[in-house]
Parts: sequence; C-alpha cells; structure tokens
Amino acid sequence: MDFDFTEDQKHLQQEARRFLSANCGTARVRQVLDEPDTPFDAELWTAMADLGWQGAILPEAYGGSGMGATDLCAIAEELGRAVNPTPFASSVYAFAEAVNLLGSEQQKSRILPHIASGHQIGCIATAEGAGRPDLECAFVDSSITGRKVPVTDGDVADWAIALANDSHGESLYLIELKRHGVSTSTLPTLDPTRSCAEIKFAGASAAPLGEAGSGKALLQKIHDRAAVFVAFEQLGGAEAALATAQDYAQQRYAFGRAIGSFQAVKHKLARIYVANQIARSNCYFGAWALESQSEELPRAAAAARIAATRAFQLAASEMIEIFGGIGTTWETDCHLFYRRAKQLSLFLGPINMWKERLAAEIEKQWAHADSHGGNL
Amino acid sequence: MNFHDTEHEASYRQKAINFLEQHAERKVIGQPGISSCLSPQALLKAAKEWQALKADHDFACISWSKEWGGPGGSAIESVIFAQEEQQFDIPEGIFQVSLGVCMPSIIKLGSEELKNRFVKPALRGEEIWCQLFSEPAAGSDLAGIRTRAESTSSGWVVNGQKVWTSNAHLSDFGLLLTRTDPTVVKHSGLTMFWVDMQTPGIEVRPINQISGQSGFNEVYFTDVKIPDSQRISDVGGGWKAALGTLATERLAIGGAKGADCRELVALASQLPCDTGTVLKDPQFRQKLADWYVNSEGINLTRMRALTTLSRGGTPGPEMSIAKLVMAEQLQQLCDYAMDLQAEFGIINSPDISEQAAVFQKGWLKAPGSRIAGGTDEILMNVIAERVLGMPGEIRVDKNRPFNELPVGI
Ligand SMILES: Cc1cc2nc3c(=O)[nH]c(=O)nc-3n(C[C@H](O)[C@H](O)[C@H](O)COP(=O)(O)OP(=O)(O)OC[C@H]3O[C@@H](n4cnc5c(N)ncnc54)[C@H](O)[C@@H]3O)c2cc1C
Repeated sequence: MDFDFTEDQKHLQQEARRFLSANCGTARVRQVLDEPDTPFDAELWTAMADLGWQGAILPEAYGGSGMGATDLCAIAEELGRAVNPTPFASSVYAFAEAVNLLGSEQQKSRILPHIASGHQIGCIATAEGAGRPDLECAFVDSSITGRKVPVTDGDVADWAIALANDSHGESLYLIELKRHGVSTSTLPTLDPTRSCAEIKFAGASAAPLGEAGSGKALLQKIHDRAAVFVAFEQLGGAEAALATAQDYAQQRYAFGRAIGSFQAVKHKLARIYVANQIARSNCYFGAWALESQSEELPRAAAAARIAATRAFQLAASEMIEIFGGIGTTWETDCHLFYRRAKQLSLFLGPINMWKERLAAEIEKQWAHADSHGGNL
Repeated sequence: MNFHDTEHEASYRQKAINFLEQHAERKVIGQPGISSCLSPQALLKAAKEWQALKADHDFACISWSKEWGGPGGSAIESVIFAQEEQQFDIPEGIFQVSLGVCMPSIIKLGSEELKNRFVKPALRGEEIWCQLFSEPAAGSDLAGIRTRAESTSSGWVVNGQKVWTSNAHLSDFGLLLTRTDPTVVKHSGLTMFWVDMQTPGIEVRPINQISGQSGFNEVYFTDVKIPDSQRISDVGGGWKAALGTLATERLAIGGAKGADCRELVALASQLPCDTGTVLKDPQFRQKLADWYVNSEGINLTRMRALTTLSRGGTPGPEMSIAKLVMAEQLQQLCDYAMDLQAEFGIINSPDISEQAAVFQKGWLKAPGSRIAGGTDEILMNVIAERVLGMPGEIRVDKNRPFNELPVGI
C-alpha cells in the first residue's frame, strides 16, 4: 500500500509552491484580470517553461522531461492553488497529452518540442454553442469548415484539436490556427484570468489525428486524462480557498468574538474540509490510474473530476459567505477563486456529463455481477 | 502510488482469505446476512464462537501485543484482515464497544494485574464490556454527567443513571464514568472505574429503539459499592481518561455500515420504470455518481491513512470524516431507494421487501448512526476546532463549580 505522493513528489510540490508564491501571487493574477488586453501572464509562462513544466511528462525525445503523470499532478495542485493565469491546462493536460497519445511520429516530433518549450500553445476545440448541439464542423476536400465556440485559450493558441464530421463519421483533426482559413475572436467570460475564443474555420487545412471515425471515443480518452490533472488544479484551488477562509474566520470579529467561533461558520468550514478530503482521495486514485495505465481510468477520472469540482465550487462560494460584504468586492481575492471554480467546472464538459459517465462505468463494474446474484 | 501489497502483506492477505473461506460464507448482495436473521441469543452465541475461533487463529485484535494475548501483528495486518472479513457473512455488532472502545482504555490505563485478568477473556469474546458514559442529562456534553461516586472508608458508593449503554444487557463488565466532586468545575470532578455488571445495585433496563431492536439500555446504580482498587483514573482525572476513550471510539466506529451504492445498483437494475429499469434513469444515475464518489472517497481516505502507517508515521485527522459522511449518506440513500420503489417502499419485511429490506433497515438505523459516537454537529465542531484551528465555543460552564451550573431537561 503506497497511496500518497512520494517524498520526491512532495519535494517537487514544495518547490512548485515556492516558485508560484514568488511568481504567481494574486497581484499577478489580478494583472491579467484587470487588463483586458492581457490574455495570460506571458512572463510566468516563460518562467514555467524554464522549469520544464510544459514538457514535464512528455518523452525526452520530444523535448520533454519524461516525468511521471503523478509528478505533473503534484504540480497541477499548486497551479490550482495559485489560480494560475496561463493556458497550461489547455496546452499541457489536453493538447500535448492528446498529440503524444494519438499523433503520428511526424506530428509528435514536429509539434511537441514547441509545446514543451512553451514557444507554442495548443488547445482543444470541442464545443459548438450552448448545450450539446449536433456536430456541424466538417472536413471536406482536405480542409475544415465550421465554428467552435467557446474554445478555452483558442485566441492565444497556435494549434487546436477539433472534432469534425468526415466520410468515416466523426474524427479528430489537428489544425494550425495562425494560418489561412482560420479566424479567432476573443470572448468575454466569467473568468477573465483565462482566455477564451470563438474560432471559425473556412476551409482551413487540417490533418487527421488518430484513427479516422473514432473521434468521439478518442476525445473521451483525451478528456479522461486531462480531467485527472484538472481535478488536481481544482483540489489546489479548494485547499487555497479553505485556507483563506480559515484565516479570515480567525481574524474577523463580530459580536465581540472571532467569527470562526460561531458554529454556523465552523460547520461551513468543516463541510469544506470534508469535501476537500474526499476530493483529494479521489484525485489520488485518478493519478494512480493514469500513471499505472489502468483500465479503471475512465471511472477514476470521472470520480476525481466530480469530487474535485464539487469541492472547489463549495469552497469558493462558501468562502465569500464567510467573508461577508468585503468578499463581494473586486478588491478582495475571493472572486478569483469563485470564477476559476466555475471556469474549471465547465472546461472539459459539465459535471452532469461526468456523473453520467461515472454511472456508466459503475454499471459496467457491477450490474453484470448483480444480475446473476453475484458475490461482493 | 500503488495499491500493491508488499510480499508480506500479500501472504498475510492470502492467509486471512484462506481462514475466512474455510470458516465463513461470502456475503451475497440482496440476501439478508446472519446478523439480521438470528435471534439475539443465537447471534450472541454465534458472535462469541466466531471471536474465539478468530482468537485461536491469531485473527482477533490483531495489533494487540502478545503480552495481552494478541498476536502482536501490525496495524496494516489488522486492516487487511478487516477488509477481507467484511466481505463475509459473519455475526456482527457485539464486540465493537467491548474491543474497540473499552479494552483500549483498560490497556492504556489499567494496572498490570487488571490487564492480566481482563484483556485475554475480552479478546476471546468470553467476556463482554460496555461503556457507561452517557446519561440522560449528558451526552454531547459528557463532562456534565451526574452519577455520583462518594468516597467512604471502605471504598466508593455509586448512585445515578446511565443511558444509551450499548449491549449493557449482554455485558459482564463496564467502564464507568462518575462524578466524585460536584463542587469544582465540571471537568475536574470526574473519576473513572471499572465495574462488574453483576454487582448488587446495578439494574439494566433495555430500551426499545426505532428499529424495533433493543441494542442499548438504561443502567441504574443504587448504592453500588465499588472498592478503590477498581478505580482506573486519578480521583478527579476522569475527564482526561474519558477523552482517550472517545478518541478510540471515533476510530472504532469508522463508517456506518449498511446499504450503500452496491445495494442501490442491485435494486435499480431490477426495478422497472419508463426508461426500462431505474438503472437507466438519468436522475438516478446522477445521484448514484454523487454517492459513489463519497463512498470511494472514504475508502480511499482510509488507504491514505494506511499509507502513512506503513511509512511509519501517524495518520492525520482525515479519517474523522468517515462517520460524518457515511451516516448521513446511509439516511439519504435509503430514503431515496424507498422512493424508487413507490408505495412498495413502505413494506419492511426481509422476505417481501426489495433487497431483503436493507434500505428499510438502514433508514431506521441511520438516525442512531448520526448520533452515536458523537453527533454530526459535534463532529463538525471537532473538525473545525481541532483540525482547522477555529476558536472554541464561548462557554458559560467553564469557571463555575458543577453544582452551580444551570440545568434543563
Ligand atoms: C445507537 C447509539 C448507541 C449508543 N451507545 C452508547 C454507549 O454504548 N455508551 C454511551 O455512553 N453512550 C452511547 N450512546 C450515547 C451517545 O454518545 C449520545 O447519544 C450522543 O453523544 C449525544 O448525546 P445526547 O443523546 O445526550 O444528545 P444531546 O447532547 O442532548 O444533543 C441533542 C442535540 O443537540 C446538539 N448539540 C449538543 N451540544 C451541541 C454543541 N455544543 N454544538 C452543537 N450542537 C450541539 C446535538 O448535536 C444534537 O443534535 C449511544 C447513542 C446511540 C444513538
């Protein structure tokens, strides 16, 4: 039984925390929040690349450091804690992982070194409007046409992976964004510390990624992997929100006593603690499934995703309640967490979709045995 | 990260499985276990036999040292055995207080003589212990107990009443918390003893629970004489001793047992509805996912605590969340499972009800689970104060002698 970060991973995590508290304090996050023309913190992005984070788990052959998935999870928790204003999630957890998993040798060696060095950014373009409309993007005559909206980091990215209809059904495509036939426009969102765009493809050249006709299943694989890392970011955010609320509850006085001495406040904090512990345990299971390439990854990823989403959203919203009026102002940091919790809860698909997915996995795991009166 | 057993752990697990397979049947989903089929007397007998059998094979109280009759195994081994044992249909619910709550206190506080006399028979299930702490006027506020122990030339005389004493009617001995000095502040006037439940003046009256069972009792003390040799704390040092007992109690109780996701899926896969079976109903699936995440979260949190143990550390406070989460979930999940059955949910019969009435049973048990061993509210206070460092309550009872405190019902 060894179900925790190793000493080395804990050390890595401490280093990451130290680096981020020096280079990604909330003042820095606020610069991105307050300046509409700053889509992300480019200086921080470069500093992260100097540490090798963008290529942490990519193979050394493609400019990566060849670390394990759990190592990146440890870093992700810290990035979440710092509410990092960068396209890391899109470029590293989703795009780079997808290319590394599905790409041809040529695609990998052409693209991944630039992602690992931070010189290029990738994103994943799946949504086509509100709800879950039918897929309209189409690949015809070796080019792609259609619209993806919203695309997280689509306006700053060099590459996108998109799902499109073709003669095989639905397939994944790699598209270079700063090319003819692609236009992007930045969209206002609830979390201005992260960037978001609408992308229009009008005959943009695109290369198939992975097996033709299997786009949906492959996309799910990409989502499963990314969801584990994102869950660690959510966990980090939830822990930071709890720590901030805890601190405030001890310092703020009302009725002649610290508000943390009121039971209603204590119980809110206790509930957050419980949610965070449950999230942490599920996240670790996700990390294990990812690193060990377990068949249980779909179930583990969904559980981590659900638990961590729940924890971060609870912590971020209750934190504002605990702060009182000051928590609702632009000046305090509460809303950084509130915004990011929502942003991350929608990135990679909403929570009800993940719950459905988990239910399907549970069904696979159990329903068969049960219908035969099977043993525990 | 991995879940692999070490070589030693794997061989221990295999040994445990061999033992269990030889002596017990695996549980079957949807079928009532023997604990709910046997009469109370038969259950007691079966539980005692099972405990003795485990002791003979070194599987009882695995982590207790050889000195006290245990096999001197590791904490990991005892968890491995528990993981395997819970998959078997064995008589449950008799020794939790005796071995999980009382004996650890006896081992910690008792004299050598006392330990030599009591630990081994308790471990073998030959003698059963109960915890005589709560009273009508003192549960969460345990330090508010009133049962008086007065010092006389020949020892102590005890008068008062205990309540909610699990298994007192089956017990041979009890761990008794009393007030020896009502004129000092309440935490300072307490003293702990052990008592023989056959001592003249002790009367045990069963209480009927909402489940229809009588697992706990009122215990009356009328001029009960206890020699000073049966005192196991300093005079006035009972509170500190009791805190130790309560800490082990919270660990022993862990997650509430009863119906959970597995049973819910078994039910849903057989219940018809518009979408085929309930298992295919989107609303059902959303709820299932939420509950599953909690149950797995608690299981996995236990793995984290174990990991700390196997690395030679002391587990943090994470496991304090187990009972809080699982007792609440038991109540909500059972309630929902009955709703799924429509009118039929009201039927409470192991022979007729779906899944042998596990949901009806769980629903009746859950309110008690949320209270026993610390209520939801008290557990949240504990998390907020001891784990998260929030200030304690403003108290009106701290600096006044016990006998001057306001009293209610
Ligand atoms: C099934 C079962 C088995 C039990 N077995 C045993 C046993 O073997 N031995 C034994 O000694 N006891 C036993 N108990 C007793 C148990 O420990 C107490 O019932 C429990 O501690 C609550 O105390 P109370 O019943 O007096 O409720 P109270 O303390 O009166 O609580 C009533 C309500 O007030 C709330 N409350 C009280 N104080 C606070 C506070 N400070 N902040 C917020 N809310 C508060 C509680 O949360 C609860 O909701 C058992 C109880 C049950 C249900």
